Amino acid sequence: MGTPVKTEPLVLGIETSCDETGIGIVRGHTLLVDAVASSVEEHARYGGVVPEVASRAHLEAMMPTVDRALREAGVKLADLDAIAVTAGPGLAGALLVGVAAAKAFAYGLGKPLYGVNHLAAHVAVDQLQHGPLPKPCIAMLVSGGHSSLLLVPDVAHGVTSLGSTVDDAAGEAFDKVARVLGLPFPGGPHIDRVAREGSGSAIPFPRGKADDGTLDFSFSGLKTAVARYVEKNGGSMNIADVAASFQEAVVDVLTRKALAACRLHGVDHLLIGGGVAANSRLRALAQERCEQVGVRLRVPRPGLCTDNGAMVAALGSELVSSGVSPSELTIPADSSMPITMVTA
Amino acid sequence: MLVLAFDTATPAVTVALHDGRRTLAESTVIDARRHGELLMPGVSAVLGDAGVAREEITHIAVGTGPGPYTGLRVGLMTAQALATALGVSSYGVCTLDVLAYESGLTGPFLVATDARRKEVFWAEYAGQRTRVRGPAVDRPGDVPGDLPILGYGAKLYPEAVGAARIVAGAPEHPSAAALAALAAEEIAAGRTAGAVLTDPRPIYLRRPDAKIPGPPKKVTVL
Repeated sequence: MGTPVKTEPLVLGIETSCDETGIGIVRGHTLLVDAVASSVEEHARYGGVVPEVASRAHLEAMMPTVDRALREAGVKLADLDAIAVTAGPGLAGALLVGVAAAKAFAYGLGKPLYGVNHLAAHVAVDQLQHGPLPKPCIAMLVSGGHSSLLLVPDVAHGVTSLGSTVDDAAGEAFDKVARVLGLPFPGGPHIDRVAREGSGSAIPFPRGKADDGTLDFSFSGLKTAVARYVEKNGGSMNIADVAASFQEAVVDVLTRKALAACRLHGVDHLLIGGGVAANSRLRALAQERCEQVGVRLRVPRPGLCTDNGAMVAALGSELVSSGVSPSELTIPADSSMPITMVTA
Repeated sequence: MLVLAFDTATPAVTVALHDGRRTLAESTVIDARRHGELLMPGVSAVLGDAGVAREEITHIAVGTGPGPYTGLRVGLMTAQALATALGVSSYGVCTLDVLAYESGLTGPFLVATDARRKEVFWAEYAGQRTRVRGPAVDRPGDVPGDLPILGYGAKLYPEAVGAARIVAGAPEHPSAAALAALAAEEIAAGRTAGAVLTDPRPIYLRRPDAKIPGPPKKVTVL
C-alpha cells in the first residue's frame, strides 16, 4: 500500500467555528505558532456571539492572521504538508468561512485537506503541551457551546460520547449567570475573578443530575436558581458569594461526573479541554479529586483550552501521521457534526 | 493571460476560465444552499475541462455581491486564499455589474437581484459598463424610475416592479464567463484599480441583525 506516512508533518490548522479566527501551525507534536484574532469585543454589547458579526469578522481576519502565523513560524505555504480545518460542530456561517479558505489553500497548494471535528481537536491539542495522549483516556470538553464526556481510545480514529448536557452548556451557564450578576460577556473569566473573594459553600445551589446515574449534565435549573436568588436577595446579596457558590455547583458536578466516567470505564487518565477548562476553580478541584482516586489529570494551558487554530493543526498532524485519508473538496461545513466523526 | 473567475452572490455557483480572447471552460450550478460544497469542485472541473494546470492561472476575479451573505463570503474567501496560494492577484467585481455587462444593453436600465426578506439589491446603469447609481437594497416597489429592469430580483417581483419593464431574454443570474471576460478586458487595459475592478471584499449593504438585549427576564412567579 502506497504513500509513506510522514511522522512529523507540518500542518496549518484553521478554526472559525465561533468568534475566534484561529490559525495554528504545528510540526508533529511541536507547536510553532498559534495566532488568534477574536471578535469577542464586537459581541460583548449583545451579551452573546452574533453569528453574522462573527462570520464577517472571520472573512476580514483570515488572510492577515494566516500571514502573521506564517511569518512568526518562519514557514512558507509551500512547505506545508497538509491543511486542517474545523468542519463542525459550530456556527454554520462561521464554519463556512474557514472551510472555504482551507479548501482554497489545499487546492491551490496541491496539499491534502482534513476537515476535522472541533471537539476531537480540543482533545488532540493537549499533545502539543503534554506529549502523546494515553490510549485510552477520558476527555471532558466544557465550553460555551459544549459540555461532553468522551471516551477516547485513539483520537485519530474515533471518539465515543459518554454523556453531554441536556440543556445549557457549562460556559453558557457562566455567561447567563454573569448577565444576571451584571458582569460583562463572556462571563467565565469575570465569575472566576469575582468568586475568588467569595465562599463556594455560602449558598447551596442545586447540582442538576448530580446523582442520576448518567454521565449527562444539566445547568439550566442552576442558572434559574441563581436568577431567583438574585431577584429575592438583590439588594443585600454578596455578589462574590453568589459567583463562588454558582461556580462551585458547576465544577462539583463536572468533576464528579468526569471521575465517574473514569471509574465506569476503568480509565486512569482524564483530560479537560474547552474554554471552561481555563476556570481556576475547575482546575484546582479536578486536580484535588483526581489525586484522591489516583487518576492522572491533563489540562492544557488556558490559551490552548479556548478555541484556537493550534488544536486543529494538532489533530490534523495526528491524522496525517496515522495515515487517515484526507477529506474531499466537496465536504460541507457541518454545524451539528457528530463527535463520532473525527474527520469529514 | 488566464483569468479564473467565479461568483457566489446569487443562487448560481458559477466558475469560468478566460484566456483574454475567449472562455476556455465554464461551469454553473443553481443551488442557493450549497455554495461552499460546489465552488472548489467547480474550479477543479473547469481547469480539468480546459486542460489547464492551476499554476498557469494569472489572475482571479470574483463577484463581490451584493448578495446573500453566507454564500457571498464563500466566493470572496476562496478568491483571497486561492490567490495567495497561487501567488497571483485577485480582483473583485460588483455582481450587478456582471449582469449589466452580460445584458449587452446600450440605453439606461436597472439590474436587480434577490436580497431575500422581500427586498432586492439593485443598481442603475447608463450602459453595459457604466453604473450610475447603487448598488442599494430596497423593497422591489421602492426601486426608483421606470427604466427597463433585468435580473432575478425583477423576475421575482413582477407586480411590484411592473411586468412591462422587465427585459425579455436578459440573464437572471450572473455568469462567470461574463465576469471573466469583463475582468480580462479591464486587466488588459491596465485598469486594475478603476471603477470596475476593486479589492475582493464583500458588498453587504445591511448591518448584521443583532439587538442590544434588555434586562434579563424575571424568573420569580409572583
